Amino acid sequence: MSIAFVIVSHSAKLAQGVVELAQQMAKDIEFRAAGGTDDGGIGTSFDAIYSAVEELTEAGHQVVLLTDLGSADMTVEAVLEVVDGDVVRFCPGPLVEGAVAAAVTAQVGGDLDAVAEAAKARDIFA
Amino acid sequence: MTNLDVEWAKDWMRRSSALLTERRMELIDLDRAIGDGDHGENMARGFTFVVQRIDENPPEDVPGVFKLVAQTLMSKVGGAAGPLYGTAFMRAAKAAEGDLDAASVADICAAALEGIVARGKATTGEKTMVDAWTPAITAARAAAEAGQSPAEALRAAADAAAKGAEETIPMQATKGRASYLGERSIGHQDPGATSTSYLLGAAADAAEAAS
Repeated sequence: MSIAFVIVSHSAKLAQGVVELAQQMAKDIEFRAAGGTDDGGIGTSFDAIYSAVEELTEAGHQVVLLTDLGSADMTVEAVLEVVDGDVVRFCPGPLVEGAVAAAVTAQVGGDLDAVAEAAKARDIFA
Repeated sequence: MTNLDVEWAKDWMRRSSALLTERRMELIDLDRAIGDGDHGENMARGFTFVVQRIDENPPEDVPGVFKLVAQTLMSKVGGAAGPLYGTAFMRAAKAAEGDLDAASVADICAAALEGIVARGKATTGEKTMVDAWTPAITAARAAAEAGQSPAEALRAAADAAAKGAEETIPMQATKGRASYLGERSIGHQDPGATSTSYLLGAAADAAEAAS
């Protein structure tokens, strides 16, 4: 079962940019950007995050969610209440560094625990 | 004593939408002072959608209205208010069994606060909406125990929430983006506590109009 990522940001551009950056280092990994509100504003969308997670889990992936700021965490936690918790994990960490480190870890075959640890990007900020 | 039914719940949402639209700029200004400035816009927009959905597909009971509110706010309100109020109304929907008496008013407020705390992990004194909900529940509970009506319990809750919101002014924020401001967050009223007092005020207005 391969690991895929949903990058959640208040900004659609930021989510998309983080996906591009992480994809460059992890060519075989699936990413979805869930940034901004449904009408293109700044914020996060329960529906956008939920449908990205559903699409990836239905394709057989384990899904890792990464976020930018506190209220994105809350929206993700609300989504986690209604999806299969065994294959979906929220991994807190600094978004840009965490996404790249976690994506590379997934690319080289790391499991969920290893990816979650990498997402904290501890080495970078030590 | 009139129990609060689905007509009250729908009227509450209409009054909330009107009030939040009217106070939009005030909430925006409060949120600009210590946050990202989106609270007024998000609340007004979220409750406009709520009323639209109630009109399109009227729920049949009180829990049905709360569930519709929860789902709408969760998907339409981009800021922290979406998941916080969304979770609050979801828990309130689970706690409400049908029409509400004064004791159930206190129960649904307590369930709402549990949801907010589960989601936001805040406690009293941190300059958040928890500082409005907590005294509101105590007041509603006291009114219910004194044998007052559901409308009186809601008015007591709304007044306590408004006072709780005012008391956030001297607090320093330690949760959310306002906490980045440190001591500079002191001297401003918290926008989430303020919108909580407006919501409970609208609930009391609707209850008084129905009784």
